[in-house]
Amino acid sequence: MTDDVVVAGAGMTAWGKWGRNFVEYGVEAAREALADAGVEWTDVQYVAGGETVRNGYAGYVAGSSISQALGWNGAQVSTSYGACASGAQAIDVARNRILAGRCDVALVVGADTTPKGFLAPNAGDRPDDPDWLRFRLLGATNPAYFALMARRRIDVHGAAPEDFAQVKVKNSKHGMANPRARYRKEVTVAEVLDSPVVADPLHLLDICATSDGGAAVVLTSAHKARELGIASPVRVRAVSTVTPSFPNTVIEMPNFATDSSGVVAPPPRTFMDSIAHVAYEEAGIGPEDLSVAEVYDLATALELDWYEHLGLCAVGEAEKLLRNGDTAIGGRIPVNPSGGLACFGEAVPAQAIAQVCEVVWQLRGEAGDRQVEGAKVGITANKGLFGHGSSVLLST
Amino acid sequence: MSKARVPALGAEGWFTEEGGAALVGSRCATCGTVSFPKSTFACPNPRCAGTELIDARLSATGTVWSYTDARYQPPPPFVPTADPYVPFALAAVELDGDGLVVLGQIVDGVTVADLHVGRRVELVVDTLFADDDTEHTIWKWRPIPDDR
Repeated sequence: MTDDVVVAGAGMTAWGKWGRNFVEYGVEAAREALADAGVEWTDVQYVAGGETVRNGYAGYVAGSSISQALGWNGAQVSTSYGACASGAQAIDVARNRILAGRCDVALVVGADTTPKGFLAPNAGDRPDDPDWLRFRLLGATNPAYFALMARRRIDVHGAAPEDFAQVKVKNSKHGMANPRARYRKEVTVAEVLDSPVVADPLHLLDICATSDGGAAVVLTSAHKARELGIASPVRVRAVSTVTPSFPNTVIEMPNFATDSSGVVAPPPRTFMDSIAHVAYEEAGIGPEDLSVAEVYDLATALELDWYEHLGLCAVGEAEKLLRNGDTAIGGRIPVNPSGGLACFGEAVPAQAIAQVCEVVWQLRGEAGDRQVEGAKVGITANKGLFGHGSSVLLST
Repeated sequence: MSKARVPALGAEGWFTEEGGAALVGSRCATCGTVSFPKSTFACPNPRCAGTELIDARLSATGTVWSYTDARYQPPPPFVPTADPYVPFALAAVELDGDGLVVLGQIVDGVTVADLHVGRRVELVVDTLFADDDTEHTIWKWRPIPDDR
C-alpha cells in the first residue's frame, strides 16, 4: 500500500470558550500541523476547509478565509459542509485530490467559535426549514434526539443511568491526561447523576458542551512523505462519508419521522452501522484489527451505541464492554483516549479533524500519559445533522 | 368570542380533524411508499421515479419507540405556553401498519414516568400555543388506557 495518503502533520488548539474569530483558531492549528509536517505554507497546493456551522447550516466560509489569514499562497481550495461530519468531508476531498495525482501536499483545517447553550436555528419564521420546524412544532432540541437513543438503551437493552455516567467517568479520566482538553477534572458517577436532568434520561453531565477550537492535518502523497523524511508514516486507509440507505428506520435529527419500510424492506445495515462498515470495506480492515477508536460522544449513551455500530461488540452488549473496562485505556479496545467530546465540548467543523489528530498521535506513540500501548490501527466515527456519516480509518 | 383554531405555521396540511384526528402524509401512486411529512414532488424510494403523490391519512394509533422530555425551555422558535415554563414529554411512535416512526409531543399532564417503550398511544389534535385571537394547533400523542 505504498500509494496510501499520509498524515504528515497534525495540529490542534486547546479547546475552550473564548469567543474569538474562528479564523484565529484555524490559523493556529494549521501552523502547528505545517510545522509538525515540516512543510512550508507556501508549498501547500490544496486547502480543504471544514465549514463553520451556524444554526444548523453552513456559516462563515472556512477554506479561503483561513487561507487568506495565512497569506494567499495561490493554492486551490474547497470548503465542505456536513455539519459534525464537515471535517471528514474535507479530509475526503483532499485525500482524493492526492490519490488522483492532482497534488502532493494538502492542508485540511476546521475551526469554529460556538455560541453558548442549546444549538438553535436562525431567527425569523422559516416554515420550509426542517430545523426551524422541529424547534417550533415539537420543541425538540439536540439533547432530545440524543435522549431518544439513550432511552432505547435502557428500555430495550437494560442499561442503567449509572452506565451512561460511567462513560463520563471513563472519558474524564482520559481527558485529564490531555493538555488540549477543555475539561480536565475527574468526574464521579454521583456527580453525573446529581446534575440536573436535561432530557430524560440524560443529565447535564451526560451531554457535551459546545466549544471553540481548531484542528488541522497536512496530508501528503507517500512519495512526498518520503521526501520529507517521514520514516514510519501514519496512513489514511479509508474515509467514509456515507449517507443513509432507504428506508432509514431510525429517526435522524432534525427529522419528524423515519422513512417508511411499508414497501421497501429495511437495508441489511442501519445508517449508523454503515458508517464504519464502508471504511472497513475500503481498507480491508475489520473491527478485530483496531487498537483504538475516537467516537462522537455527543451524549454518554451515544458512545455505547457506537461500540455496537463499530462492531466492537454485539448489539445490546455495549454496557458489558464498558463495565469490563475494555474501552478504557489499558483495556482491549480503548475508546476516546483523548477524553472525547465529554472533555472537549463540540467545535463542530474542527471535531472530525480533531478525532483524526488524536488517532495520529496514538499511532505515532506521542500521546503521553493517555497513550494506548502499541496502537497500530485506529478509527474515527461521527455523524452529522441531515444524514452525514463520517469515519476515517488510519494505520501505521 | 372563541379563538380561531388553525394549524401551527409550517404544519398546514400535516394533519386533519375530519373523521377523527390523523396525520396526513403522502402515498406514491407508482410504488405505494408512504411518507410524513408529505413528499410533494418526488417519491423517497430511490428505485421509484414516481412524481404523483397523493394525500394519505396515516394510522392514528401506534406504539412508543422511544421517549424523552424537555426539562428546560427550548430556545426560539419554540413558543412557551406557561410562565414559568412547564416541561413536556416527547415520543417517537411507530405507527400501526405504516412502517414509520413519527415524533410528537405528549399531551399535557403525562410525564416520562407514565411511558415505556411499547406503550400504546393515539393521536390527538391539541393546542401548541395560543395568542390573543388564535389557537395554533398541532398533533400530540396520548397514552391509550391499558384496559382499552
